[in-house]
Amino acid sequence: MMTSSSLVYLIALPLSGSAILLLSGRRSDKWGHLLATALSASSFFVGLYQLSLMLGRSNSQRPISQKLFEWISVGTFNIDAGLMLDQLSICFVLLITGVGTLIHIYSISYMAHDPDRRRFFAFLNLFIAAMLLLVLGDSYLNLYVGWEGVGLASYLLIGFWNQKPAYATASKKAFVMNRIGDMGLSFAIMIAFATMGTVSFSGIKEAADHTSTGALTAVGIMLLVAAAGKSAQFPLQAWLGDAMAGPTPVSALIHAATMVTAGVYLITRSNFIFDAAPTAQLLVVIVGAITLMFGALIGTAKDDIKKALAASTMSQIGYMILAAGLGPVGYAFAIMHLLTHGFFKAGMFLGAGSVMHGMNDEVNMRKYGALRKFMPITFATFGLGYLAILGVPPFAGFYSKDMIIETAFNSGGVKGIILGCVTLLGAGITAFYMTRVMILTFTGTSRWDEEAHPHESPWLMWLPMAILAIGSVTSGYLLSHGDALVNWLSPLFESHGEHSELLSPMVVSGLALLMVAIGVAFAFIKYSLNEVDAVAPADVSIFTTIARQDLMQDRFNEAVFMRPGQALTSVLVKTDEAVIDGAVRGVGRAALGSGASLRGIQNGFVRSYAALILIGALALVAAIWVVTQ
Amino acid sequence: MIWLTLLMALPLAGSVAVAALPKANDKLVKQVALATTLLVMGATIAMAVGFQRDNVELQFVEKYSWIPSFGINYALGIDGLALVLILMSTILAPVVVLAGWNESHGGRWSVKTFYILILVLETMMIGVFAATDVFLFYVIFEAMLIPVYFLIGGYGTGERSAAAVKFLIYSLFGGLLMLASIIALYVMSGAQGGHTFDLAALSQLEMSSTTQNLLFLGFFIAFAIKAPLWPLHTWLPDAAESATPGTSVLLLGVLDKVGTFGMIRYCLTLFPDASKTFTPVILVLAVISIVYGAFLAIGQRDLKRLIAFTSISHFGFITMGIFAMTSQGHSGATLYMFNHGFSTAALFLVGGWMISRRGSSTISDFGGLQRVTPVMAWMFFLAGMSSLALPGLSSFVSEFLVLVGTFTRYPVHAIIATFGIVLAALYILIPVQKALHGPTTPGNENLSDLNLREKIAIAPVMAIIIFLGFYPSPLLKTINPAASHVIAQLGFSDPVPTNGSK
Repeated sequence: MMTSSSLVYLIALPLSGSAILLLSGRRSDKWGHLLATALSASSFFVGLYQLSLMLGRSNSQRPISQKLFEWISVGTFNIDAGLMLDQLSICFVLLITGVGTLIHIYSISYMAHDPDRRRFFAFLNLFIAAMLLLVLGDSYLNLYVGWEGVGLASYLLIGFWNQKPAYATASKKAFVMNRIGDMGLSFAIMIAFATMGTVSFSGIKEAADHTSTGALTAVGIMLLVAAAGKSAQFPLQAWLGDAMAGPTPVSALIHAATMVTAGVYLITRSNFIFDAAPTAQLLVVIVGAITLMFGALIGTAKDDIKKALAASTMSQIGYMILAAGLGPVGYAFAIMHLLTHGFFKAGMFLGAGSVMHGMNDEVNMRKYGALRKFMPITFATFGLGYLAILGVPPFAGFYSKDMIIETAFNSGGVKGIILGCVTLLGAGITAFYMTRVMILTFTGTSRWDEEAHPHESPWLMWLPMAILAIGSVTSGYLLSHGDALVNWLSPLFESHGEHSELLSPMVVSGLALLMVAIGVAFAFIKYSLNEVDAVAPADVSIFTTIARQDLMQDRFNEAVFMRPGQALTSVLVKTDEAVIDGAVRGVGRAALGSGASLRGIQNGFVRSYAALILIGALALVAAIWVVTQ
Repeated sequence: MIWLTLLMALPLAGSVAVAALPKANDKLVKQVALATTLLVMGATIAMAVGFQRDNVELQFVEKYSWIPSFGINYALGIDGLALVLILMSTILAPVVVLAGWNESHGGRWSVKTFYILILVLETMMIGVFAATDVFLFYVIFEAMLIPVYFLIGGYGTGERSAAAVKFLIYSLFGGLLMLASIIALYVMSGAQGGHTFDLAALSQLEMSSTTQNLLFLGFFIAFAIKAPLWPLHTWLPDAAESATPGTSVLLLGVLDKVGTFGMIRYCLTLFPDASKTFTPVILVLAVISIVYGAFLAIGQRDLKRLIAFTSISHFGFITMGIFAMTSQGHSGATLYMFNHGFSTAALFLVGGWMISRRGSSTISDFGGLQRVTPVMAWMFFLAGMSSLALPGLSSFVSEFLVLVGTFTRYPVHAIIATFGIVLAALYILIPVQKALHGPTTPGNENLSDLNLREKIAIAPVMAIIIFLGFYPSPLLKTINPAASHVIAQLGFSDPVPTNGSK
């Protein structure tokens, strides 16, 4: 692999920004946000430069690496602080720094009145650096540093307004659930080292050939646990909705476009493990399928615009995970959907932020309505994102999502039919809840509170939205034209034989569009033809109630983990005091004759102590004298 | 070469100087104490520079006959293990003096006495790691109790007398068992070629396995009380709750390390077979300590007790790493001892500043500090991140090495221990949320943020925590030869990759 000495700048630039802003304190309040934005943008340009170099080289020469220094070395456990940029990581680098920079720009205006704006930008820079390390690390342990680093940044940003107790709780919940996933990553690394003697990507890729399926399956399942934690996949999905407590640009960057897609990166990066571990791969598909329905169903019942979008994110990442679980044929499509989703979902989140900006931070869509007249640019950019996520041709989602549906159908046998149907149904439900969001927010009659004075956002905010909207329109076509992305990534994955073609692309697109039309129609009938209540109706079916409560995910976690855990903790605290310490105290009393003598020691403690030492010393001398005779 | 004696003599001389100062001049007392500890730190670093890292033999060896009729020598020498622990101790000493500038006020005795005790303790901290004569080690091991006892009982808060006595009795009990074992070793050495307390000579003794097991237990129980291993831990939370923050740092950060240090230096060296015999039991106790300590930490209402229980969990990791008998586990455990010193120091010192400002150590009395005292709050947060072993901070490297080193030989233990990392997130983030986040609660509105002295005291600790997170190589290169040497002496080599064929 070719070496480079400039990869580290990708990370060092935003990292230095974070350090400068945090250490300089209030002194940098005036210019901190500008520096952070400039550094994020510089990192993006370094990424573009690397891409241009990469394009100039032949396929096999494209990956480059940089060894920084020896990090940990004990026995055969040798880990360098090493970076690697290949065809897969460059996609992420550009997504992270590109969308990241746009969101920096947006935040300059969005956070303008926040007294802690400098701290916000410091955390954004920290996030960018950690996320870049995650995708550039050349071993699982290096990835781990980025992996928990983004978790830390996410925690800090979800709890950015942690003076509100609910927000503080949300950030803690996200960190703890992520740590459960991180534990999976720890296990994966330990198993890999014990069985293959290495934890680097290249080392494991080589060793995987002569390693048992059992070991690879164990590693694969643990990587899936890690991915589920970070990417809010079933059963570790419950933190994402609460994470919307963070400022909206954070939701757009971390909890839609980049960090939550890290699980997809992890599985795609570990293709050499999953390809050799069919059971683990099947579990990946199952988790993706469950989550895509799970998120979609929650999305239908949310009145909070950010939580509706968060549910949608969960669902869309379910699509990506499902695609990644389909093996070599699906990896590239998972990444393609990840990239297009990065554009349209980040765009819609920024749109939601723009709406909130104009509506006194109101998030309840039942208090919106008719906003398209007051926020035409927001409406237009959000609308383009909407068309993209629906998969209407020729918008981005049409290319990326239809590919996944098609691949699912063609993955063979009953599994193929089930997966195909799930992805199709998901597309229909997506159309329903996204149309619901559009109608409730932008059309119909206004249901605002009296003090609301909706207005369009300043250009610093709408410009990033507009750029992302362009991506929502064009990225799908650009990435799939001439199989551009598939060919670009193909050197990294095992080639795959031709699959039986159950359904042709035309049929799949037709079916998908049909489902979308049905979803849109339902939403139209329910929310456009009928009056929308400004207060969520209470007399709803049991299904709606359950969906509003996130399919009972929190209740389940509380009943199964939290309360038993709390009970165990309080039992242990009491036991420690009464039984263990009690036994010690009992022995102490017995040894010293009575409780009275123990108190005696405490009262005249200096003298008693001196006596004790003296007795001890005498005993020592006596003992030595005895044994040396 | 009398480096080690010089290191030990410096703080002792400092204590004499402090004793000679007028009682009324507290400031001068503190300045002399600080200057002394800084000088010792500088001297230790200078010594460390001259340490040959690849040499597994003891270095800076000194040996003088002390009580010839009993074969007792004043014998010192260090390997990589002892060196990093002495480094840690002498770096922490000035930090503690500077951080706890005012914590000696309001004690039972004078400020002067406080610093005399601290400086005498520092001499012993160096000696206990450097001793290579078992008798000398024992004397220092026991003598260290005295200054700590007076530091807790005389300058602590709350039930300080009771806590000090509990600490003392626990330690004396362990010490007596160790003494019995030492005497037995001495007797046996007389039968096998001449009475001696020399560690190297004693490790060559022939013993029956029963004898070896019994003597092993005498040492091990003493060390397991020191580095509190479940179920011998209950003195620690009481002691930490009552002690001043600086004393707690020295107690948990340095003195408790004598326990885990002793396990390596004495238990494994003197009783290799018994060590192997008891390994399964010890590993189970270590894993229980990890999980149990974490649960107990989660359940604490008092900040100091909480930190004490996190340490019980951390000592479980160290003990597990030692007895996993792999190079990663062993090096990881030694590095863990070093790193734990700094992350616990950070927690106790910043926690102590919070407590002294608020006048309470009950976690629920705090609230919203991040908006009132941002620097102090961020320092506490960073200390907490170090305690939960966030990658990028030093504790992650050691914790992961222990886990991966244990996994290759004892996967089940490692798996259970790994659940500790989720519990760690809880025991740190719960107090962080209660104390730092949320609205500012009554009684916290007017707390002052860290002053310059406090910032200067905590900055090097944080710098070390961050620097060693990214670049632990200098330390690992010092530790690795010593660790591999111990493992090899016991006849262990690292498990080879199984490729899943096991």
